[in-house]
Amino acid sequence: MSAGGIQRDPFNRTTLLILLAIAAIGIAGPFVAADFTKQLTIFWVMVLISYTWDTMGGQMGYNSFGNIVFFGVGMYASAIVQIAPYTDLTAYTAAGGQGSALVLDLGQYFLGLGLGALAAGVSGLLVAVIVGSGILGLRGHYFAIGTLALSIFAAEMVSGWELVGGGSGITMPGYPGTTIASEQEKTLIFYFLCFALAGTAFSLLQWLYSTRFGLAINAIRDDEDKAEAMGIKTARYKTMAWAISGFFLGICGALYGNLLIHVDPRDTAFDGAGLGVWMVLMVVLGGKGTFWGPLIGAVLFHVTKELFWSYLLGLQYIALGILIVVIVVFFPEGIMGWFRAHYPHWFGEKVEPAKEAGEASS
Amino acid sequence: MVENLILLLENPVALLDLILQGLMMGAVFALIAYGMALVWGVMNIINITQGEFVILGGFVAFYFSEWGISPLLAVPMAALILYVIATGLYLTPIHGLVFANRLRPWLLAAGVFVASAAGFFVSGASLVPAVKESVANWGSLAPAVAIGVDSLLVTIPVMFVVGGGLYTTVLRHIVGRDLFTSILATFGISIFLQQFMNEALTADVEIANHGLDTWSFVGGDITIEQIRLIALIFALLIGVLLALYMRKSRAGQAIRATAQNPRAARIMGIDTDRVYARTYALNAAICGSAGALVAMIWAVQAYGGLVYTLRAFMVVIFAGLGNLVGVIVAGLGLGVAENLAGFILGLEFQIAFVFGLLVVVLIYRRIRLSFARKVLS
Repeated sequence: MSAGGIQRDPFNRTTLLILLAIAAIGIAGPFVAADFTKQLTIFWVMVLISYTWDTMGGQMGYNSFGNIVFFGVGMYASAIVQIAPYTDLTAYTAAGGQGSALVLDLGQYFLGLGLGALAAGVSGLLVAVIVGSGILGLRGHYFAIGTLALSIFAAEMVSGWELVGGGSGITMPGYPGTTIASEQEKTLIFYFLCFALAGTAFSLLQWLYSTRFGLAINAIRDDEDKAEAMGIKTARYKTMAWAISGFFLGICGALYGNLLIHVDPRDTAFDGAGLGVWMVLMVVLGGKGTFWGPLIGAVLFHVTKELFWSYLLGLQYIALGILIVVIVVFFPEGIMGWFRAHYPHWFGEKVEPAKEAGEASS
Repeated sequence: MVENLILLLENPVALLDLILQGLMMGAVFALIAYGMALVWGVMNIINITQGEFVILGGFVAFYFSEWGISPLLAVPMAALILYVIATGLYLTPIHGLVFANRLRPWLLAAGVFVASAAGFFVSGASLVPAVKESVANWGSLAPAVAIGVDSLLVTIPVMFVVGGGLYTTVLRHIVGRDLFTSILATFGISIFLQQFMNEALTADVEIANHGLDTWSFVGGDITIEQIRLIALIFALLIGVLLALYMRKSRAGQAIRATAQNPRAARIMGIDTDRVYARTYALNAAICGSAGALVAMIWAVQAYGGLVYTLRAFMVVIFAGLGNLVGVIVAGLGLGVAENLAGFILGLEFQIAFVFGLLVVVLIYRRIRLSFARKVLS
């Protein structure tokens, strides 16, 4: 399909320059466009989500609709860890988590957030390992549908769990201070947290793809039975890949939940038919299993979605439905996939004359 | 939870009641699942739009009851309308017009039907109060029909373009692609239809009022709503008719031949494109009639389709493709299991149970397969 077993250095000079430019834009972003800081934060969340999905769907060929579960688990794990040490959780959720219920000072808040994010990452990882041991044995579309069911299962279970607020959701502790300045401060801090997390996850994943791990999961994508026959411990690598996704998505969920303040089980935490599918679309749009694809997909999708939601409210899902169909039908290999098929030399792939016909038709 | 279980064990009559209710629910699931198995087996498409077809069929029944027509009549009507809509989704007159060599009268007829069905819906939905008033005033449907015809003049050209666009962009392109593509593409159609129904028809939870009684036995411990019994009978009847259609008729044989080997079927002179269109439409018709029953038994809501899709998926993978008896048994079983779980775990966990069960069924299937593989080697 892609990659073709050619080992490339993921960080050559051009790539590094582009990455530095993106990092510079990322750091300058909230100062240049201060009004859009929250939007930019969500954008980096999208980038992270799309790269972690690509680990499963793009590099390993396991089209997961269930990655949203780790996101939601992280959100709730962090909520519990952030609230429980300071106040009685049952009373807090019973009161609907009104703002006055929990007032923290700065130290308490960041201690809670740090521990919460850690707990979120670990619980995301653990859920990935536990659930993965059962569900990662499924192949192809069975895996896809199974994970879709899993995400809705998680949403319904949490909605029925009264301790964490049931169907009406849970409210994260507020950032200390109620002034506009403290609100801006919070937005800025979360921007850089999300940016740093996205950067870390990206670098780690790209480095991992250049190691034996990357080769193993690509082998699983290309032919799992053959990979197993060659002695690759496929079950272990699959679980590892999902656990890495789960870890980063868990932390990401914790940060995103704190950014939103109020967390709803069906609509934000375990939004299986929303964000759970959007992450797939971002990667499919950009190009599965490519270096830049998830980033390009995240940019295009995020911008398009925001435009739909701002200007086509009431018709946004109709527009999104059409967009999905167009992406899937006309760009099944994504934008980068299209470029790769037409300009393989851009990707450092040497095209032998005999192979050219095959490349062009694929 | 445990108390509920003990309660059930102490009251076998209540248990029997729950099982009966579940069987009657399950009949509807079996129908939807059969449609999914059909499309999956013949076209190799996992149709996520299944649930939306059900809801659409439910709305047909709802409007019938709104207009004072018995919603039971809506069961065949919903089937007919959805057959036509799905044909429109798959094939439209535009196609025939663009590719002149494929111009067929029945395609044009289908296009007109799609347009009229859509017009009927859109005008009916937006004009329900006016229609109701006119029905009350003149005691006939004539003014309603007049309004419908008026709106047709607008909707026909619009639906020609919409239908043509959908056809050329979607379904014909995903036949023969991998299943993941079909899941995503039909998911796209499904959210499109959800919001379309929400905006064009109604955003509320709707129930088709059937005006039928409930029978009680054993001093009220066992209740059988007549409508549920009718649903069960309808579902079985449709199942039998489908089995006969697939086995005996030429069209059914063509569908089965295409499922076995599309290339060979083409060589033998079967127009597989047409078979695909017919299969897809047939599935929508089955879902539509199931949806009409759903609207009478429970309720329908524009965004409530996904759960039916996943139930159908579960039944299909449990029964296996191309196994009609298995689908019926698994569908009935799912109904019973879900009903019992709803009672024992509490209603708020009923949906969770359905999806949890799907995951368990998938894993069970995988373990069974890997066991079979071990035995072989």
